[in-house]
Amino acid sequence: MYVAVKGGEQAIANAHRWLADRRRGERDRPELSVDQIAGQLNLAVDRVMAEASLYDPELAALALKQASGDLVEAVFLLRAYRTTLPRLAETVPVDTDAMRVERRISATYKDIPGGQVLGPTYDYTHRLLDFMQLAEGETPEPARAEQALEACPQILELLDDEGLVEREVDDGAAPYDITRDPPDFPVDRATRLQMLARGDEGYLLALGYSTQRGYGRNHPFAGEIRIGAVEVEIVVEEREAPVCLGEITLSECQMINQFGGSREAAPQFTRGYGLAFGRNERKGMAMALVDRALRAEELGEPVQGPAQQAEFVLAHADSVEASGFVSHLKLPHYVDFQSELELLRRLRRDHVARHESAPSAPAETPAEEPQA
Amino acid sequence: MKQTPSRRTPAERQRVLALTPRERLEARWAELALAADYRCVRGPETGMAMVRGRMGGTGNAFNLGEMTLSRASVALDDDEAMGHGWVAGRDHRHAELIALVDACAQRPDWAARIDVELIDPLAASLAEGREAASRTAAATRVDFFTLVRGE
Repeated sequence: MYVAVKGGEQAIANAHRWLADRRRGERDRPELSVDQIAGQLNLAVDRVMAEASLYDPELAALALKQASGDLVEAVFLLRAYRTTLPRLAETVPVDTDAMRVERRISATYKDIPGGQVLGPTYDYTHRLLDFMQLAEGETPEPARAEQALEACPQILELLDDEGLVEREVDDGAAPYDITRDPPDFPVDRATRLQMLARGDEGYLLALGYSTQRGYGRNHPFAGEIRIGAVEVEIVVEEREAPVCLGEITLSECQMINQFGGSREAAPQFTRGYGLAFGRNERKGMAMALVDRALRAEELGEPVQGPAQQAEFVLAHADSVEASGFVSHLKLPHYVDFQSELELLRRLRRDHVARHESAPSAPAETPAEEPQA
Repeated sequence: MKQTPSRRTPAERQRVLALTPRERLEARWAELALAADYRCVRGPETGMAMVRGRMGGTGNAFNLGEMTLSRASVALDDDEAMGHGWVAGRDHRHAELIALVDACAQRPDWAARIDVELIDPLAASLAEGREAASRTAAATRVDFFTLVRGE
């Protein structure tokens, strides 16, 4: 017999009302605006956009406000909103070579056309708490050089005339889209990159770190990292040429890794690639490390580390899915648990019965494994 | 009035208008004072575009994630000229304005004014903003002083 139980409406309504109060904080303090979040907590906004897989800074800032700064909850909110919108277009693949860079560095070549451009980075800060931030002080304008930047071409395409680094060439293949069809393992690299791009940063960071510590070692170098704005174009019926929609900010990481090669092909550096919405450098680097690790099979490497196991890595990368399944444990499982209790009691009765009759008789067949 | 041939393509105007903040476009457009009655024939509506990247920047395409996108199509009441506009984000008015400019630019007498008085100045302020951003980035360019220069 199954008895549906209802109740809790008032408790839930009051819980949400209290939550809204908690979110608002002290009423004598000014309320945080979505504009302020988008403008002053922009790295959190970018992370929410990347992991929600929807580029819209205002909505991501709204999600952060609504979630009281809980990033995973904000990602969930934005991802859910995404399902309410129709797909109107696919963009022309973005040309990161034409990026208006605000940051562009290489750890492999010192002298590069366009130079090493640090941009607004936390690198080289001393990670000492800045107590000036507690006071409201004036922030100076950024410095401006006399001259604009020179062109900053993609380094791996430019500086390798010996063919020492693997080339990435477009064969025109249409990419699989996990938002249209669920991934079916094993999956190709385009699918993996789509899943990694929306993957939880902390998870990818840990997996990328594991490859550096020896679990699927592939000795990476940051060939190039670039952050900046790219123009986005779509193809529409009404125009012959693609039309520009505007700009989005992207973070790109080109990782160079140790050698592949075969009897036919000479040894070459191999590559891992990371691309993420917004200013998401750490995410891009982690993604590139994991992308490269997941190419193990393709490159004929032994699959030894967790980061090289595509199904394990990719099936658990999405924070919306992960937090959903973990969180569902909070939902009432009263009936399931009741049945487990019944089963356990029966097993214990059998156990006692066996022991009471045990002294003379030899051990019988062990009790059956409980079925879930 | 002497007719100047239109110097910009619809795609060029679309690009400049989409990259221009809506408030600036609205203000500049108002200054032109072109009296065009129109109606929306599609949208304005918001949806998404799937943004694609390339493996390694140059290889096969992959789906990176989606972005919000608004679009609108308008028809002028006078001559039924149709105009279309697309813009990143959820600003319906921005998409509608782009479509309206596109429709008006199909009238030869208006096209020249639109290019000279609207698109050119907006393209100039766009370039100015980009120049400033690029100079800010250039100020963070590393100057390796150990580098051997010259002979």
